Amino acid sequence: MRNKQTMPIQQYIARIEETCGEEKDFIIVLKYEKKEEAINKILKNATLIRSISGIIYDLKFQKASFRLYKNGKIIFKKLKDKKEVETLLENLLS
Amino acid sequence: MLNPYEIRKDFPIFKRKIDGNQLIYFDNAASSQKPIQVLEAVKDFYETSYANVHRGVHTLSQEASELYEEAHREVAKFISADSMEEIIFVRGTTEAINLVTYTFGLRELTSQDEIIVTLMDHHSNIVPWENLSRIKRFRIRYVGLTKEGLLDYKAFNEAINSRTRMVCVPHVSNVTGIINDLKKIVKSAHDYEALVLVDGAQSVPHMPVDVKELDVDFLAFSGHKMLAPTGIGVLYCKKQLLENMEPFHGGGSMIKQVKYDSKSERCIIEWNDLPWKFEAGTPNISGGIGLMEAVKYLRKIGMENIEQHERELTRYALEEFNELEKIQIVGSKDVSIKSGIIPFLVENFDSHDIALFLDNFGIMVRSGFHCAQPLHQQLGIRHTVRASFYLYNTKEEIDKLIETLKQL
Repeated sequence: MRNKQTMPIQQYIARIEETCGEEKDFIIVLKYEKKEEAINKILKNATLIRSISGIIYDLKFQKASFRLYKNGKIIFKKLKDKKEVETLLENLLS
Repeated sequence: MLNPYEIRKDFPIFKRKIDGNQLIYFDNAASSQKPIQVLEAVKDFYETSYANVHRGVHTLSQEASELYEEAHREVAKFISADSMEEIIFVRGTTEAINLVTYTFGLRELTSQDEIIVTLMDHHSNIVPWENLSRIKRFRIRYVGLTKEGLLDYKAFNEAINSRTRMVCVPHVSNVTGIINDLKKIVKSAHDYEALVLVDGAQSVPHMPVDVKELDVDFLAFSGHKMLAPTGIGVLYCKKQLLENMEPFHGGGSMIKQVKYDSKSERCIIEWNDLPWKFEAGTPNISGGIGLMEAVKYLRKIGMENIEQHERELTRYALEEFNELEKIQIVGSKDVSIKSGIIPFLVENFDSHDIALFLDNFGIMVRSGFHCAQPLHQQLGIRHTVRASFYLYNTKEEIDKLIETLKQL
Protein backbone atom coordinates (compact mmCIF):
# COMPACT_ATOMS: atom_id res chain seq x y z
CA MET A 1 0.00 0.00 0.00
CA ARG A 2 1.56 3.35 -1.04
CA ASN A 3 1.46 6.26 1.34
CA LYS A 4 -0.60 8.90 -0.45
CA GLN A 5 0.78 11.71 1.76
CA THR A 6 4.36 11.28 0.57
CA MET A 7 3.56 10.46 -3.03
CA PRO A 8 4.34 13.85 -4.62
CA ILE A 9 7.75 13.93 -2.97
CA GLN A 10 8.59 10.42 -4.13
CA GLN A 11 7.29 11.24 -7.57
CA TYR A 12 8.97 14.57 -8.23
CA ILE A 13 11.80 15.19 -5.78
CA ALA A 14 15.29 13.79 -6.31
CA ARG A 15 17.04 15.46 -3.38
CA ILE A 16 16.53 17.92 -0.57
CA GLU A 17 19.77 19.66 0.42
CA GLU A 18 19.95 21.54 3.69
CA THR A 19 22.62 24.25 3.84
CA CYS A 20 24.70 24.75 6.97
CA GLY A 21 24.75 27.77 9.26
CA GLU A 22 22.28 29.45 11.56
CA GLU A 23 19.84 30.47 8.83
CA LYS A 24 19.23 27.34 6.84
CA ASP A 25 18.20 27.27 3.21
CA PHE A 26 16.68 24.20 1.62
CA ILE A 27 17.55 23.43 -1.96
CA ILE A 28 15.27 21.02 -3.74
CA VAL A 29 16.30 19.19 -6.86
CA LEU A 30 13.43 17.93 -8.99
CA LYS A 31 13.72 14.54 -10.70
CA TYR A 32 15.14 15.26 -14.15
CA GLU A 33 12.58 13.21 -16.04
CA LYS A 34 9.66 14.72 -14.12
CA LYS A 35 10.88 18.29 -13.82
CA GLU A 36 8.69 19.84 -16.53
CA GLU A 37 5.57 18.27 -15.03
CA ALA A 38 6.60 19.40 -11.54
CA ILE A 39 7.40 22.95 -12.69
CA ASN A 40 4.00 23.23 -14.34
CA LYS A 41 2.26 22.05 -11.16
CA ILE A 42 4.23 24.52 -9.04
CA LEU A 43 3.52 27.43 -11.38
CA LYS A 44 -0.15 26.50 -11.35
CA ASN A 45 -0.42 26.19 -7.57
CA ALA A 46 1.75 29.10 -6.44
CA THR A 47 1.42 32.83 -7.03
CA LEU A 48 4.01 34.34 -9.33
CA ILE A 49 5.58 37.47 -7.85
CA ARG A 50 8.09 38.09 -10.67
CA SER A 51 10.21 36.32 -13.23
CA ILE A 52 13.90 37.15 -13.69
CA SER A 53 15.43 36.57 -17.14
CA GLY A 54 12.93 33.77 -17.72
CA ILE A 55 15.17 31.61 -15.52
CA ILE A 56 14.11 32.47 -11.98
CA TYR A 57 10.53 32.55 -10.75
CA ASP A 58 9.85 34.30 -7.44
CA LEU A 59 6.79 32.57 -6.05
CA LYS A 60 4.57 32.57 -3.02
CA PHE A 61 2.65 29.58 -1.71
CA GLN A 62 0.70 29.63 1.55
CA LYS A 63 3.00 31.67 3.82
CA ALA A 64 6.25 30.70 2.10
CA SER A 65 8.16 32.70 -0.52
CA PHE A 66 10.54 30.71 -2.66
CA ARG A 67 12.45 30.64 -5.91
CA LEU A 68 12.00 28.14 -8.69
CA TYR A 69 14.68 27.78 -11.36
CA LYS A 70 13.97 26.75 -14.92
CA ASN A 71 16.39 23.82 -14.70
CA GLY A 72 14.35 22.17 -11.96
CA LYS A 73 15.72 23.46 -8.69
CA ILE A 74 13.91 25.26 -5.89
CA ILE A 75 15.24 27.24 -2.96
CA PHE A 76 13.25 27.75 0.23
CA LYS A 77 14.53 30.17 2.84
CA LYS A 78 13.68 30.80 6.47
CA LEU A 79 11.78 27.58 6.97
CA LYS A 80 11.97 25.85 10.32
CA ASP A 81 13.05 22.40 9.33
CA LYS A 82 12.96 19.70 6.68
CA LYS A 83 9.54 18.54 7.82
CA GLU A 84 8.09 21.97 7.00
CA VAL A 85 9.73 21.82 3.56
CA GLU A 86 8.28 18.38 2.91
CA THR A 87 4.80 19.46 3.95
CA LEU A 88 4.97 22.47 1.65
CA LEU A 89 6.23 20.38 -1.24
CA GLU A 90 3.49 17.81 -0.75
CA ASN A 91 0.86 20.53 -1.04
CA LEU A 92 2.64 22.38 -3.81
CA LEU A 93 3.01 19.30 -5.98
CA SER A 94 -0.42 17.83 -5.36
CA MET B 1 52.96 30.07 -20.19
CA LEU B 2 50.62 27.11 -20.45
CA ASN B 3 47.98 26.67 -23.12
CA PRO B 4 44.62 25.84 -21.44
CA TYR B 5 43.05 24.89 -24.78
CA GLU B 6 45.62 22.10 -25.24
CA ILE B 7 45.24 21.03 -21.62
CA ARG B 8 41.46 20.80 -21.92
CA LYS B 9 41.86 18.07 -24.54
CA ASP B 10 43.12 15.82 -21.73
CA PHE B 11 39.94 16.26 -19.73
CA PRO B 12 37.04 14.17 -21.08
CA ILE B 13 34.49 15.97 -18.91
CA PHE B 14 34.82 19.15 -20.96
CA LYS B 15 32.97 17.42 -23.76
CA ARG B 16 29.97 17.46 -21.45
CA LYS B 17 27.05 19.79 -21.98
CA ILE B 18 24.62 20.72 -19.22
CA ASP B 19 21.11 21.31 -20.60
CA GLY B 20 22.67 22.23 -23.93
CA ASN B 21 25.26 24.58 -22.40
CA GLN B 22 28.98 23.96 -22.61
CA LEU B 23 30.18 23.02 -19.12
CA ILE B 24 32.12 25.78 -17.35
CA TYR B 25 33.71 24.46 -14.21
CA PHE B 26 34.63 27.16 -11.66
CA ASP B 27 34.38 24.99 -8.54
CA ASN B 28 38.01 23.93 -8.43
CA ALA B 29 38.55 24.96 -4.82
CA ALA B 30 36.05 22.24 -3.91
CA SER B 31 37.43 19.60 -6.27
CA SER B 32 39.23 19.44 -9.60
CA GLN B 33 38.42 17.55 -12.78
CA LYS B 34 40.57 14.57 -13.85
CA PRO B 35 42.75 14.19 -16.94
CA ILE B 36 42.66 11.06 -19.04
CA GLN B 37 46.20 10.20 -17.90
CA VAL B 38 44.99 9.83 -14.30
CA LEU B 39 41.83 7.95 -15.28
CA GLU B 40 43.82 5.53 -17.43
CA ALA B 41 46.50 4.97 -14.80
CA VAL B 42 43.82 3.88 -12.32
CA LYS B 43 42.03 1.74 -14.93
CA ASP B 44 45.31 0.21 -16.09
CA PHE B 45 46.25 -0.68 -12.53
CA TYR B 46 42.98 -2.52 -11.98
CA GLU B 47 43.22 -4.23 -15.35
CA THR B 48 46.83 -5.35 -15.20
CA SER B 49 48.51 -5.14 -11.78
CA TYR B 50 45.86 -5.13 -9.09
CA ALA B 51 46.55 -6.91 -5.82
CA ASN B 52 46.94 -5.94 -2.21
CA VAL B 53 50.22 -4.25 -1.30
CA HIS B 54 53.02 -5.29 1.05
CA ARG B 55 53.89 -8.74 2.33
CA GLY B 56 52.45 -10.51 -0.64
CA VAL B 57 55.10 -12.68 -2.26
CA HIS B 58 53.36 -13.12 -5.58
CA THR B 59 54.05 -11.10 -8.72
CA LEU B 60 50.95 -8.92 -8.66
CA SER B 61 51.44 -7.94 -5.04
CA GLN B 62 55.06 -7.04 -5.78
CA GLU B 63 53.99 -4.88 -8.72
CA ALA B 64 51.24 -3.17 -6.75
CA SER B 65 53.61 -2.54 -3.83
CA GLU B 66 56.25 -1.07 -6.12
CA LEU B 67 53.69 1.27 -7.72
CA TYR B 68 52.28 2.32 -4.36
CA GLU B 69 55.76 3.06 -2.99
CA GLU B 70 56.68 4.92 -6.14
CA ALA B 71 53.59 7.09 -5.59
CA HIS B 72 54.96 8.10 -2.17
CA ARG B 73 58.35 8.92 -3.74
CA GLU B 74 56.74 11.05 -6.48
CA VAL B 75 54.72 13.02 -3.95
CA ALA B 76 57.84 13.53 -1.81
CA LYS B 77 59.65 14.90 -4.85
CA PHE B 78 56.67 17.13 -5.73
CA ILE B 79 56.82 19.03 -2.42
CA SER B 80 60.62 18.67 -1.99
CA ALA B 81 60.37 16.42 1.08
CA ASP B 82 63.54 14.55 2.05
CA SER B 83 62.11 11.10 1.39
CA MET B 84 58.95 9.04 1.12
CA GLU B 85 59.26 8.30 4.84
CA GLU B 86 57.83 11.77 5.40
CA ILE B 87 54.79 11.14 3.18
CA ILE B 88 51.73 9.50 4.72
CA PHE B 89 48.81 8.71 2.48
CA VAL B 90 45.47 9.48 4.07
CA ARG B 91 41.94 10.07 2.77
CA GLY B 92 42.37 13.81 2.42
CA THR B 93 43.25 17.03 4.20
CA THR B 94 40.64 16.46 6.90
CA GLU B 95 42.04 13.07 7.85
CA ALA B 96 45.59 14.42 7.74
CA ILE B 97 44.70 17.14 10.25
CA ASN B 98 42.83 14.66 12.43
CA LEU B 99 45.91 12.45 12.36
CA VAL B 100 48.03 15.26 13.81
CA THR B 101 45.32 16.16 16.33
CA TYR B 102 44.87 12.62 17.63
CA THR B 103 48.52 11.61 17.58
CA PHE B 104 50.60 14.63 18.47
CA GLY B 105 47.74 16.58 20.07
CA LEU B 106 46.29 13.77 22.15
CA ARG B 107 49.68 12.65 23.50
CA GLU B 108 51.50 15.94 23.84
CA LEU B 109 49.09 18.74 24.69
CA THR B 110 48.14 19.45 28.29
CA SER B 111 45.93 21.95 30.08
CA GLN B 112 48.99 24.15 30.47
CA ASP B 113 49.44 24.45 26.71
CA GLU B 114 48.02 26.70 24.04
CA ILE B 115 47.61 26.37 20.33
CA ILE B 116 46.88 29.01 17.70
CA VAL B 117 44.21 28.51 15.07
CA THR B 118 43.12 31.21 12.64
CA LEU B 119 39.60 32.34 11.86
CA MET B 120 40.63 32.01 8.22
CA ASP B 121 40.81 28.25 8.65
CA HIS B 122 38.49 25.71 7.07
CA HIS B 123 36.31 23.88 9.60
CA SER B 124 38.60 20.88 9.17
CA ASN B 125 41.40 22.76 10.94
CA ILE B 126 39.08 24.09 13.66
CA VAL B 127 36.73 21.26 14.63
CA PRO B 128 39.34 18.56 15.44
CA TRP B 129 41.19 20.98 17.75
CA GLU B 130 37.97 22.13 19.42
CA ASN B 131 37.02 18.48 19.99
CA LEU B 132 40.39 17.61 21.46
CA SER B 133 40.57 20.72 23.64
CA ARG B 134 37.37 19.57 25.35
CA ILE B 135 39.25 16.46 26.47
CA LYS B 136 42.73 17.84 27.04
CA ARG B 137 41.71 21.32 28.21
CA PHE B 138 44.40 23.21 26.33
CA ARG B 139 43.60 26.75 25.25
CA ILE B 140 42.90 27.64 21.63
CA ARG B 141 43.78 31.21 20.74
CA TYR B 142 42.04 32.33 17.57
CA VAL B 143 43.68 34.89 15.31
CA GLY B 144 41.29 36.98 13.27
CA LEU B 145 41.38 38.82 9.97
CA THR B 146 41.74 42.39 8.82
CA LYS B 147 38.93 44.14 6.92
CA GLU B 148 40.56 43.08 3.65
CA GLY B 149 40.42 39.47 4.72
CA LEU B 150 44.15 39.19 5.41
CA LEU B 151 45.45 37.37 8.43
CA ASP B 152 45.95 39.84 11.28
CA TYR B 153 49.69 39.42 11.83
CA LYS B 154 49.65 41.91 14.68
CA ALA B 155 47.07 39.79 16.49
CA PHE B 156 49.11 36.69 15.67
CA ASN B 157 52.21 38.20 17.27
CA GLU B 158 50.19 39.09 20.33
CA ALA B 159 48.68 35.58 20.58
CA ILE B 160 51.89 33.57 20.31
CA ASN B 161 53.81 33.00 23.53
CA SER B 162 55.96 30.48 25.36
CA ARG B 163 52.93 28.26 26.04
CA THR B 164 52.11 27.92 22.33
CA ARG B 165 52.81 24.35 21.18
CA MET B 166 51.15 24.38 17.77
CA VAL B 167 50.20 26.94 15.13
CA CYS B 168 47.49 25.86 12.67
CA VAL B 169 47.15 27.95 9.55
CA PRO B 170 45.95 27.65 5.97
CA HIS B 171 48.55 28.37 3.31
CA VAL B 172 45.79 29.81 1.12
CA SER B 173 42.28 30.70 2.26
CA ASN B 174 39.67 28.50 0.63
CA VAL B 175 37.26 31.46 0.58
CA THR B 176 39.26 34.56 -0.30
CA GLY B 177 42.28 32.94 -1.95
CA ILE B 178 44.57 35.08 0.22
CA ILE B 179 48.05 33.57 0.45
CA ASN B 180 49.45 33.70 3.96
CA ASP B 181 53.05 34.61 4.65
CA LEU B 182 54.10 31.18 5.87
CA LYS B 183 57.77 32.03 6.26
CA LYS B 184 56.91 34.79 8.71
CA ILE B 185 54.47 32.56 10.63
CA VAL B 186 56.87 29.60 10.75
CA LYS B 187 59.73 31.75 11.98
CA SER B 188 57.63 33.24 14.79
CA ALA B 189 56.32 29.79 15.76
CA HIS B 190 59.76 28.20 15.77
CA ASP B 191 61.16 31.09 17.81
CA TYR B 192 58.74 29.90 20.50
CA GLU B 193 59.48 26.22 19.77
CA ALA B 194 55.92 25.72 18.53
CA LEU B 195 55.17 23.41 15.61
CA VAL B 196 53.36 24.56 12.49
CA LEU B 197 50.55 22.62 10.83
CA VAL B 198 49.68 23.99 7.42
CA ASP B 199 46.47 23.27 5.55
CA GLY B 200 47.84 23.13 2.02
CA ALA B 201 44.60 22.05 0.33
CA GLN B 202 44.40 25.28 -1.67
CA SER B 203 48.12 25.82 -2.27
CA VAL B 204 49.75 22.51 -3.23
CA PRO B 205 47.50 22.04 -6.31
CA HIS B 206 48.09 25.58 -7.53
CA MET B 207 51.63 26.78 -6.85
CA PRO B 208 55.13 25.45 -6.16
CA VAL B 209 55.32 24.34 -2.54
CA ASP B 210 58.69 23.42 -1.05
CA VAL B 211 58.37 22.07 2.48
CA LYS B 212 62.07 22.50 3.19
CA GLU B 213 62.14 26.11 2.08
CA LEU B 214 58.99 26.88 4.09
CA ASP B 215 60.29 24.81 7.02
CA VAL B 216 56.75 23.70 7.97
CA ASP B 217 56.40 20.78 10.36
CA PHE B 218 53.16 19.36 8.98
CA LEU B 219 51.52 19.95 5.61
CA ALA B 220 48.12 18.47 4.77
CA PHE B 221 46.60 18.33 1.29
CA SER B 222 44.05 16.45 -0.80
CA GLY B 223 44.53 14.55 -4.04
CA HIS B 224 41.08 15.27 -5.44
CA LYS B 225 41.80 19.00 -5.62
CA MET B 226 44.89 18.33 -7.74
CA LEU B 227 43.57 16.10 -10.53
CA ALA B 228 43.75 12.85 -8.56
CA PRO B 229 40.82 10.66 -7.49
CA THR B 230 38.84 11.26 -4.32
CA GLY B 231 39.77 9.41 -1.14
CA ILE B 232 43.50 10.01 -1.32
CA GLY B 233 45.41 12.78 0.42
CA VAL B 234 48.72 13.44 2.07
CA LEU B 235 50.19 14.35 5.39
CA TYR B 236 53.77 15.53 5.10
CA CYS B 237 55.61 15.56 8.39
CA LYS B 238 59.27 15.98 9.28
CA LYS B 239 60.77 12.54 9.82
CA GLN B 240 62.12 13.33 13.27
CA LEU B 241 58.61 14.21 14.46
CA LEU B 242 57.01 11.15 12.89
CA GLU B 243 59.55 8.87 14.53
CA ASN B 244 58.48 10.13 17.93
CA MET B 245 54.75 10.14 17.25
CA GLU B 246 52.46 7.26 18.11
CA PRO B 247 50.37 5.80 15.27
CA PHE B 248 46.89 7.10 14.45
CA HIS B 249 45.05 3.94 13.45
CA GLY B 250 46.01 0.44 14.51
CA GLY B 251 45.76 -2.67 12.38
CA GLY B 252 47.58 -4.58 9.71
CA SER B 253 50.55 -3.20 7.78
CA MET B 254 51.51 -0.65 10.44
CA ILE B 255 53.28 -3.15 12.69
CA LYS B 256 56.46 -5.22 12.47
CA GLN B 257 55.18 -7.71 14.98
CA VAL B 258 52.40 -8.34 17.43
CA LYS B 259 53.70 -10.89 19.88
CA TYR B 260 51.60 -12.41 22.64
CA ASP B 261 53.40 -12.42 25.97
CA SER B 262 51.92 -15.08 28.21
CA LYS B 263 53.48 -13.63 31.36
CA SER B 264 51.87 -10.21 31.07
CA GLU B 265 48.94 -11.55 29.05
CA ARG B 266 49.43 -8.66 26.66
CA CYS B 267 50.49 -8.33 23.06
CA ILE B 268 53.83 -6.62 22.56
CA ILE B 269 53.71 -4.46 19.46
CA GLU B 270 56.57 -3.18 17.34
CA TRP B 271 55.64 -0.42 14.87
CA ASN B 272 56.52 -0.68 11.22
CA ASP B 273 58.96 1.68 9.49
CA LEU B 274 57.88 5.05 8.19
CA PRO B 275 55.58 5.89 6.52
CA TRP B 276 53.75 2.55 6.94
CA LYS B 277 53.51 3.01 10.71
CA PHE B 278 50.79 5.55 9.94
CA GLU B 279 48.99 3.63 7.21
CA ALA B 280 46.97 0.89 8.89
CA GLY B 281 44.99 -1.65 6.91
CA THR B 282 44.71 -1.97 3.16
CA PRO B 283 45.34 1.52 1.83
CA ASN B 284 43.72 3.31 -1.11
CA ILE B 285 46.18 1.80 -3.58
CA SER B 286 44.50 2.92 -6.79
CA GLY B 287 44.02 6.40 -5.32
CA GLY B 288 47.74 6.57 -4.59
CA ILE B 289 48.54 5.52 -8.14
CA GLY B 290 46.11 8.13 -9.46
CA LEU B 291 47.77 10.75 -7.28
CA MET B 292 51.19 9.78 -8.64
CA GLU B 293 49.94 10.28 -12.19
CA ALA B 294 48.35 13.62 -11.25
CA VAL B 295 51.61 14.82 -9.72
CA LYS B 296 53.53 13.77 -12.84
CA TYR B 297 51.01 15.62 -15.00
CA LEU B 298 51.24 18.80 -12.92
CA ARG B 299 55.02 18.67 -12.84
CA LYS B 300 55.17 18.28 -16.60
CA ILE B 301 53.12 21.45 -17.05
CA GLY B 302 55.07 23.21 -14.33
CA MET B 303 53.67 24.57 -11.10
CA GLU B 304 55.11 28.03 -11.86
CA ASN B 305 53.15 28.03 -15.13
CA ILE B 306 49.96 26.96 -13.39
CA GLU B 307 50.37 29.66 -10.76
CA GLN B 308 51.02 32.29 -13.45
CA HIS B 309 48.01 31.17 -15.51
CA GLU B 310 45.66 31.30 -12.54
CA ARG B 311 47.00 34.70 -11.50
CA GLU B 312 46.33 36.04 -15.00
CA LEU B 313 42.79 34.60 -14.96
CA THR B 314 42.21 36.18 -11.55
CA ARG B 315 43.53 39.57 -12.67
CA TYR B 316 41.32 39.41 -15.77
CA ALA B 317 38.23 38.30 -13.83
CA LEU B 318 38.66 41.03 -11.21
CA GLU B 319 38.89 43.65 -13.96
CA GLU B 320 35.77 42.31 -15.65
CA PHE B 321 33.85 42.02 -12.38
CA ASN B 322 34.68 45.66 -11.79
CA GLU B 323 32.40 46.55 -14.71
CA LEU B 324 29.40 45.00 -12.96
CA GLU B 325 27.72 47.48 -10.63
CA LYS B 326 25.76 44.89 -8.66
CA ILE B 327 28.80 42.78 -7.83
CA GLN B 328 30.91 43.15 -4.73
CA ILE B 329 34.21 41.30 -4.51
CA VAL B 330 34.92 40.04 -1.00
CA GLY B 331 38.39 40.59 0.42
CA SER B 332 41.54 41.93 -1.12
CA LYS B 333 41.80 42.35 -4.89
CA ASP B 334 45.58 42.36 -4.82
CA VAL B 335 46.53 39.54 -7.20
CA SER B 336 50.09 39.43 -5.87
CA ILE B 337 48.78 37.89 -2.63
CA LYS B 338 45.86 35.95 -4.08
CA SER B 339 45.40 32.59 -5.70
CA GLY B 340 42.71 31.84 -8.30
CA ILE B 341 39.75 32.13 -5.96
CA ILE B 342 37.23 34.96 -6.24
CA PRO B 343 34.48 35.28 -3.65
CA PHE B 344 31.70 37.69 -4.53
CA LEU B 345 28.24 38.91 -3.65
CA VAL B 346 25.44 40.10 -5.92
CA GLU B 347 23.08 42.84 -4.79
CA ASN B 348 19.61 41.55 -3.81
CA PHE B 349 20.58 37.91 -4.25
CA ASP B 350 21.83 35.27 -1.86
CA SER B 351 24.83 33.17 -2.80
CA HIS B 352 22.71 30.05 -3.40
CA ASP B 353 20.42 32.06 -5.70
CA ILE B 354 23.42 32.99 -7.80
CA ALA B 355 24.85 29.48 -7.92
CA LEU B 356 21.45 28.09 -8.95
CA PHE B 357 21.06 30.83 -11.57
CA LEU B 358 24.51 30.16 -13.08
CA ASP B 359 23.80 26.43 -13.04
CA ASN B 360 21.06 27.09 -15.62
CA PHE B 361 23.83 28.17 -18.00
CA GLY B 362 26.15 25.27 -17.28
CA ILE B 363 28.38 27.38 -15.01
CA MET B 364 29.41 25.55 -11.84
CA VAL B 365 30.31 27.75 -8.87
CA ARG B 366 29.98 27.12 -5.14
CA SER B 367 27.85 29.06 -2.69
CA GLY B 368 27.50 29.24 1.08
CA PHE B 369 30.14 29.22 3.79
CA HIS B 370 32.60 26.91 2.01
CA CYS B 371 33.14 25.25 5.42
CA ALA B 372 34.53 28.52 6.78
CA GLN B 373 31.72 30.05 8.82
CA PRO B 374 34.02 31.93 11.25
CA LEU B 375 35.73 33.64 8.30
CA HIS B 376 32.36 34.88 7.04
CA GLN B 377 31.49 36.08 10.55
CA GLN B 378 34.79 37.99 10.66
CA LEU B 379 34.02 39.70 7.38
CA GLY B 380 30.45 40.44 8.47
CA ILE B 381 28.79 38.59 5.60
CA ARG B 382 26.34 35.72 5.51
CA HIS B 383 27.53 33.73 2.49
CA THR B 384 29.64 34.14 -0.61
CA VAL B 385 29.59 32.90 -4.16
CA ARG B 386 33.00 31.45 -5.01
CA ALA B 387 34.46 31.13 -8.48
CA SER B 388 37.75 29.24 -8.40
CA PHE B 389 40.06 28.58 -11.33
CA TYR B 390 42.49 25.90 -12.39
CA LEU B 391 44.87 25.14 -15.21
CA TYR B 392 42.13 24.28 -17.73
CA ASN B 393 40.04 27.45 -17.32
CA THR B 394 40.07 30.19 -19.94
CA LYS B 395 39.33 33.90 -20.26
CA GLU B 396 36.42 33.04 -22.57
CA GLU B 397 34.82 31.13 -19.72
CA ILE B 398 35.19 34.19 -17.51
CA ASP B 399 33.56 36.29 -20.25
CA LYS B 400 30.62 33.86 -20.27
CA LEU B 401 30.32 34.14 -16.47
CA ILE B 402 30.29 37.95 -16.67
CA GLU B 403 27.78 38.00 -19.53
CA THR B 404 25.49 35.66 -17.62
CA LEU B 405 25.67 37.74 -14.43
CA LYS B 406 24.73 40.81 -16.44
CA GLN B 407 21.30 39.23 -16.99
CA LEU B 408 20.45 39.69 -13.31
